[in-house]
Order: sequence, then structure tokens, then C-alpha cells
Amino acid sequence: MKTEVNICGVTLKNPVMTASGTFGSGREYSEFIDLNRLGAVVVKGVADKPWQGNPAPRIAEVYGGMLNSVGLQNPGVDWFMENDIPFLRQFDTKIIVNVCGHSVDEYVNVVRKLRGADVDMLELNISCPNVSEGGMAFGTDPVMVKKVVSAVKREADKPLIVKLSPNVTDITLTAKAAEEGGADALSLINTLTGMKIDIYRRQPVLSRKIGGMSGPAVKPVALRMVYEVCRAVDLPVIGMGGISNAEDALEFIMAGAVGVSIGTANFINPTATVDTIDGIEEYMRKYNVEDINELRGIIE
Amino acid sequence: MKTVENASVVSMANLTDDVYDITIHCPEIASWAKAGQFVELYPDNGANLLARPISICGMDAEKGDIRLVFRVVGKGTELFSRLGTGDKIRVLGPCGNGFNLKDGSAVLVGGGIGVPPLLETCRQLKGDKTVVLGFRDKSSVILCDEFKALGARVYIATDDGSLGFKGNVVELMKSEGITGDMIYSCGPKIMLEALSDYAEERGIACQVSLEERMACGIGACVGCVVKIKDGDGWTHKKVCKDGPVFDSREVIW
Repeated sequence: MKTEVNICGVTLKNPVMTASGTFGSGREYSEFIDLNRLGAVVVKGVADKPWQGNPAPRIAEVYGGMLNSVGLQNPGVDWFMENDIPFLRQFDTKIIVNVCGHSVDEYVNVVRKLRGADVDMLELNISCPNVSEGGMAFGTDPVMVKKVVSAVKREADKPLIVKLSPNVTDITLTAKAAEEGGADALSLINTLTGMKIDIYRRQPVLSRKIGGMSGPAVKPVALRMVYEVCRAVDLPVIGMGGISNAEDALEFIMAGAVGVSIGTANFINPTATVDTIDGIEEYMRKYNVEDINELRGIIE
Repeated sequence: MKTVENASVVSMANLTDDVYDITIHCPEIASWAKAGQFVELYPDNGANLLARPISICGMDAEKGDIRLVFRVVGKGTELFSRLGTGDKIRVLGPCGNGFNLKDGSAVLVGGGIGVPPLLETCRQLKGDKTVVLGFRDKSSVILCDEFKALGARVYIATDDGSLGFKGNVVELMKSEGITGDMIYSCGPKIMLEALSDYAEERGIACQVSLEERMACGIGACVGCVVKIKDGDGWTHKKVCKDGPVFDSREVIW
């Protein structure tokens, strides 16, 4: 039984990864799971300098999911390289660095600093809804997408994944723009913008009023978008959005995703990643699937 | 160490209209838990997905039980309030760092549903203990007799004066001139801020247990931040992992 998948020349032992921003750099979850089991750890967004993020409250629960407006709080790329890469390299898993910035220059600075670093791939975050500059402002305009992707691609010495925003009318347009800009792979979806109001306090729950929605409730939307993008571009696609278990993961693979990421489900069940891997293997045994790649994109 | 256990409910009681007292069997968590830490309880109803942080009111490592006293404030806690003996509840913990217990005279200050974590803290403190508890009114008073049974001097303040001092805990402390070597506190932010000023004016060290909306409870989501002084500036620290207990002088209110 073969669970390995290949993304841009990088072989993952299985298609299951972590969605950026839900898993830190793995330290917290290493108390609950064996990180060696994961296909890859996609780390929390890294900027060229430390970011403090948005004021609390940053979290709101919604039916079947949650909203966040963390705003990419992170200790910066220098701290990341010194502390998190050595930590993650203790484990036999791939390291994918999520790169964030307020401007093209900031994205480029991070990628430059990561040249030669012992990581496997980069993921360009042009889809965070919780920052006022950069983030989703770049990721929803195909012209900007192509511009920032090509600027970053020139500096990158690792395969470049571009993470797309679902907050667009037609996600295949930004997907194609990323492809034209030189992306090596795509990942989707980032969170859907959403809101919650506390009717007793008569105020939005989140300090920033609007945040990004994630969790099981967004899965059908994410799956539809992954399906559409897989048919629109020739790049490998990593699917995410509400994936909580093996059944969810297999849906994304059948829709065309080469890999899948577990995000919010980590918060609900700290062993969600390995439970998903176990479930995929169980499915493959039960239904005589020799190679996980046989299932990819079987939905016409 | 932290883990997830499928705990069974040992006992369940109603303390006031909306405050519940539940003991659950989760041996690993009970053996690791410290005073001032909290656990995450999962509603597991398919709609409310995030765990609710609940402070630990007591633990019995031998029996493998922990005691939680919580108030119904929303859908998750409402669901927990309907648990009965023998029911199962998924629990993650123990979370956070708890209080740093020091020798010397202790002043424990709690407000409302911030009172429960102070009970275990009081049990473990060996020196002279003064306990100051604040509630809305007489009907919302909880755990008072249990603090007395631990040999603590107990003062009660109620907003409407229906029991004890009329006013808030800090006003009570001023009027009684309460002092000690270390304050251990948990309660509404506004109370903790006033208490922090009281402690600073009198040169008393003060630990405050804070709360904030969180998703994971283990430091990964970076949701539950508070502003903490850092050199000449400040930084966002996580209530769940860096806290929930902070030195009051570090907090930017």
C-alpha cells in the first residue's frame, strides 16, 4: 500500500499536512501526536519582522465552525529560522514555510532570508483576511496575484505554493494568475470572511469586527473550489477547508487535490491529523486501493 | 504534560441558579493538575466545536478526579449543566501554568465565577490565609464555607450588601486594611485591574488569573492574547500557555 505523494519533486510520506496558523510549528501538538507521522508541517505565517497581530477578542465560535482575527502574530523569520527549523528537523516530516507580508518587498525579504534554509517548500500567504495591507488585498486581484507571485518566485530557491483566498467571485481567475506568475503549486482555501454580533452587548464579538471563518461548516465550499481549480490549472493543488477526518480528506483527493491540510480540526481534536492518516490507510485497505494517487481526481 | 481523556461524570450538583459543581474522572489530568490551571471541556454536539476553558476548583490524584465549578454563560456551558453521573465528557488538560505558590501570608481574592480556582490554591497554601470574595448578591455566593473549613479568614463583599460588606472586594480590602505577602486573584478584568492598583500602592506582590476567548487551549491558535509589558514596550502573550496567571505589574490593562 503506497501513501506517498509527490508535490513539485518533494515526496511526502502521506498527503496529510497541517493548515498554516492552526498548528504553530508543531511544538504544542507534539505532546499529543507523533510529528513523524505527518506528510508535512505547514507552519504558522512568518514575516520579515515580528508582528503583534490584532487586539483580543480574536476568536468567536459560529455554528459548525469559528471565526478568527489573529492577524498573523508571529515572532519573525529570524526567530523562526533559529528556533523552529531545528525543532522541526528532529522529525521525519517535510517543512513548509508559510510566508506573509504587508507589501511585495516584505514577502520578498522573507523569501530571501529563507534562501538556503533547511526547509522543503514555501507557501505564499496572499489570502489572510485579517491584515489591512497585503494578505487578502493581494490575493483577490488577479493582476496583483501575478505580480507578487512572480516577484517572490524570482527569489525563491524552493518550490512555491500559493495559498488562495475564497473571497472572490471566481477562484479560477486568481488560480490562473498565480500559475502565470510562476507558482509551482496552489493551496486553498484560506478562511471565508465572516462576522458575529453579541446581541446582549450589542457589539461585534471580534475586536476587528470581521474575521476569517473556518471549520467543518466551510467544507462544501472549499471542496467545490478545489474541484474547480484542479480543472482550471495544471498545477498540483493542496486542498483544505473544514477537513476533520479521513472521509473529508478523501473527498478532496477525489476532487483532485494531491495533498490535504487539517486546520481548525486540530483545535477540536488534537489528534485529528494522525486520526485522518489512520482513516485513509484503513479506507485503502478496506477498498483495496494500492496507491493513494489512484484516487486523485477521479471525479470527472 | 497534557492529554485528552474521555472523562466520566462522578457527581453533579447545583450551587446557585446558574453555577454548577461537577466532578469528573480523568486520572491522568488529575495526577498532573496544579492549582490555578484549567481544563478544556468539549461540547461535542456537532454545532459548538470549540472547547470551553474551565478552571480547576479541586483535584484528587488518588481517586483520579477533578472538580470544576462553572457558570452557565452560553450554549457550551448550558450543555455541560445537563450532564449527570455516569455521562461522558471529553476533556483536555491540564492547561496553563497555575499560581506560583509562595511561603508567607497569602491573600486570595476572587470575584464571582473567578472564585473556584482559589479554593484549591487555598488548600495548598500552608501559611496564614485571608480570603476576600465578591459576589453580585447573597444568592450568588459560592464555596464560602469550604474556604472557612480550610482555616482561612473569609471576608465577603456583595454588590447590593445582601451579605457581608456592601461594595466590591477592593473597597472591602481598603476598609479592612487587608494586606499580606502575596495576592492570588481571579475574577472580572475590572476587578483585577483595581486590585492590581491596590497591590502596587501597598507594595504587595500580586498574581492575577486572566481569561480570554480561545480556540485550542494549548498555545497553537494564538487567539487568547493579553498585552504584557516587554522592556519599554509590550508584547502579546497567550492566556492559555503563558498564563492564565500573570504578575499584575506586567499586565497592560
